[in-house]
Amino acid sequence: MSTTAHDVSVSEAAAPSFEGWTCPMPLRDYPTIVLGHGGGGQLSAELVEHLFLPALGGADAAALADSAVLTLPGARIAYSTDSFVVRPLIFPGGSIGTLAVHGTVNDLAMSGATPIALSVGFILEEGLPMATLARIVHDLGAAAREAGVRIVTGDTKVVERGHGDGIYINTSGIGVVPPGRNIGPTRVSAGDVILVSGTIGDHGMAIMSQREGLEFETTIQSDSAALHTLVAALLDAAPGTRSLRDPTRGGVASSLNEIARASNVGLVVREESVPVRPAVRAACELLGLDPFFVANEGKLLAIVPAAEADAALAAMRAHTLGRDATIIGEAVDTHHGMLVGRTGIGARRVITMQIGEQLPRIC
Amino acid sequence: MKYLEEFRDGAIAQRIAAEIRQMTTRPWAIMEVCGGQTHSILRNGIDQLLPPEIELIHGPGCPVCVTPLEMIDKALAIAARPDVIFCSFGDMLRVPGTDRDLFRVKSEGGDVRVVYSPLDAVALARKHPDKQVVFFGIGFETTAPANAMAVHVAKREGLRNFSMLVSHVLVPPAIDAIMRSPTNRVQAFLAAGHVCSVMGFWQYPPLATQHRVPIVITGFEPLDVLEGIRRTVRQLEAGEARVENAYERVVNFDGNQPAQALLEEVFATTDRAWRGIGVIPQSGWRLSDAYGDYDAEDRFDVRDIRTVESPRCRAGEVLQGSIKPTECEAFGRECTPRAPLGATMVSSEGACAAYFNYGRVVQLERVVSA
Repeated sequence: MSTTAHDVSVSEAAAPSFEGWTCPMPLRDYPTIVLGHGGGGQLSAELVEHLFLPALGGADAAALADSAVLTLPGARIAYSTDSFVVRPLIFPGGSIGTLAVHGTVNDLAMSGATPIALSVGFILEEGLPMATLARIVHDLGAAAREAGVRIVTGDTKVVERGHGDGIYINTSGIGVVPPGRNIGPTRVSAGDVILVSGTIGDHGMAIMSQREGLEFETTIQSDSAALHTLVAALLDAAPGTRSLRDPTRGGVASSLNEIARASNVGLVVREESVPVRPAVRAACELLGLDPFFVANEGKLLAIVPAAEADAALAAMRAHTLGRDATIIGEAVDTHHGMLVGRTGIGARRVITMQIGEQLPRIC
Repeated sequence: MKYLEEFRDGAIAQRIAAEIRQMTTRPWAIMEVCGGQTHSILRNGIDQLLPPEIELIHGPGCPVCVTPLEMIDKALAIAARPDVIFCSFGDMLRVPGTDRDLFRVKSEGGDVRVVYSPLDAVALARKHPDKQVVFFGIGFETTAPANAMAVHVAKREGLRNFSMLVSHVLVPPAIDAIMRSPTNRVQAFLAAGHVCSVMGFWQYPPLATQHRVPIVITGFEPLDVLEGIRRTVRQLEAGEARVENAYERVVNFDGNQPAQALLEEVFATTDRAWRGIGVIPQSGWRLSDAYGDYDAEDRFDVRDIRTVESPRCRAGEVLQGSIKPTECEAFGRECTPRAPLGATMVSSEGACAAYFNYGRVVQLERVVSA
């Protein structure tokens, strides 16, 4: 392409910088999304051709057809979908683009699948700065490449100004589950051991401190990451792994409650052993929130047979995304269906699922 | 975290608890006044370390819980207006009014926003001169200085589109009312540390003397609460009734005097209805006459809204310590945090919600005895 770099941020002084991205052809010089970008005509085609295809990892001809045709090894397919609505769109440690890949990849990985391909659907709000879209799509493409998944089909719609929050993204993904692998929330039994792959609450508090304009000595970074290689390492070391969950919305408390109910076992967590970054803990104290209920986007909970716990822990700690992995508790044959925390002073509390959103306490 | 981790040490907690067990010779009923203390007690399981003779009664110190239904209905009426941005602390959003809550008003198109500081609401008023910005000013003496400051700043800047719906309540008149109640069982108080960080504790010696009741200013971390209980039990066992300060790193006798001066300027004491309890004389603050123009009740003409509470909800008895949440027929059945009958089931500090969430419920008793 002989055209010069198209600086989409020219008329958008407040737009995030988008270093390194070049558009091979001018996008009809629109600095923002207009309704026509979703109209299926020339503007739509240009958006796909000049932004989406290059950013999302190569001009895959399949992506231009109405559907993608894939050849998959093996016959057991995992299939998942997730929609992403987040404010702010770009935050320390990632953006809605990285989340859109990591969220669906992780959902696949939690059933022991190797992620293969994703679809992506964009719902754009009229007036969204092109530079913001470019940054997000670039993040999405980079996250997919890094995770080794292809984006094989997509769709874009534009809604009128005021009818969206800038951008919503849906991704669906398919993955292949090796024969004999059987991981699920109903498989836990008394004696099994609970591990967490690292510090909890990072993503939720990164978002919340941006949203509320809270400033701490260190910026809290989202932990947004694709966990399938960590899962692969874990399953090599602990093939008997019963259950895997990525504790996103609702946090560790909600995920463990769901497992306790599904398997009809009691789960016990030693609260002091659950790793929480000091800045996250401080932010939670300040806002009256409990890190057990705060979202994560790059952490997993693994429940494994006691005999495989040490191997599972060692394998997770050997992986960059599991360096802070810890054993935090176990499944027991009492209080079936309930999660109980052992508190720092040696007492116990029932940790329930939260109702709706976690609300900051007044004082 | 400095000043927090040191006060959560499990070994020291066990040591203080052992001391309390050792010095306790007979049953004592102690009320922790503040909802934050209730939260800490149940969050950490502090009550499980105490001897069976010590009963903790959860006091009326959760601002969300004691805000009268009528005031919630006023808030809902104001928040539903198209010209209003209604700002509130987060946990007020789910408090049920007569037929809906602020979440519902929001979903129906009301502009309802959660703010962390009342000054954020003032900033919104600056930013949206075409809108009326209303802050729901509730709470005890703890939240009052920030609320007072917001009104003060609005007046100083001449922000005519800012107002406050005020439902402030005060601790000392509540302690006095509890001690005067013919059904009172409370023998000692853990006074609210954060309230005293603002007000000091000069208001308490007359109460301790008049009602012959020990009052110990107590903090919120596990060791703070245990130390407050230890000192209270020591006084009870010795037959003393004094005011003691067990939260010295935060509280002094005089309190925060600039804050108190501001409170005196912006607010005036008034009779106040407490949800589930009724009217306690001179137990609340309203805006003073000098700041009357900023009173949302008058600006939006909601002063005449009157509401009657559900007869099935026994929150009043819970707040006064005459029943435990689990003794209420509706507890955990018709009344859960998901569908609360009364405000004590709403806030995470509310006694009923605290019981439900952190469970001195039946299941946990099974767990603990297992």
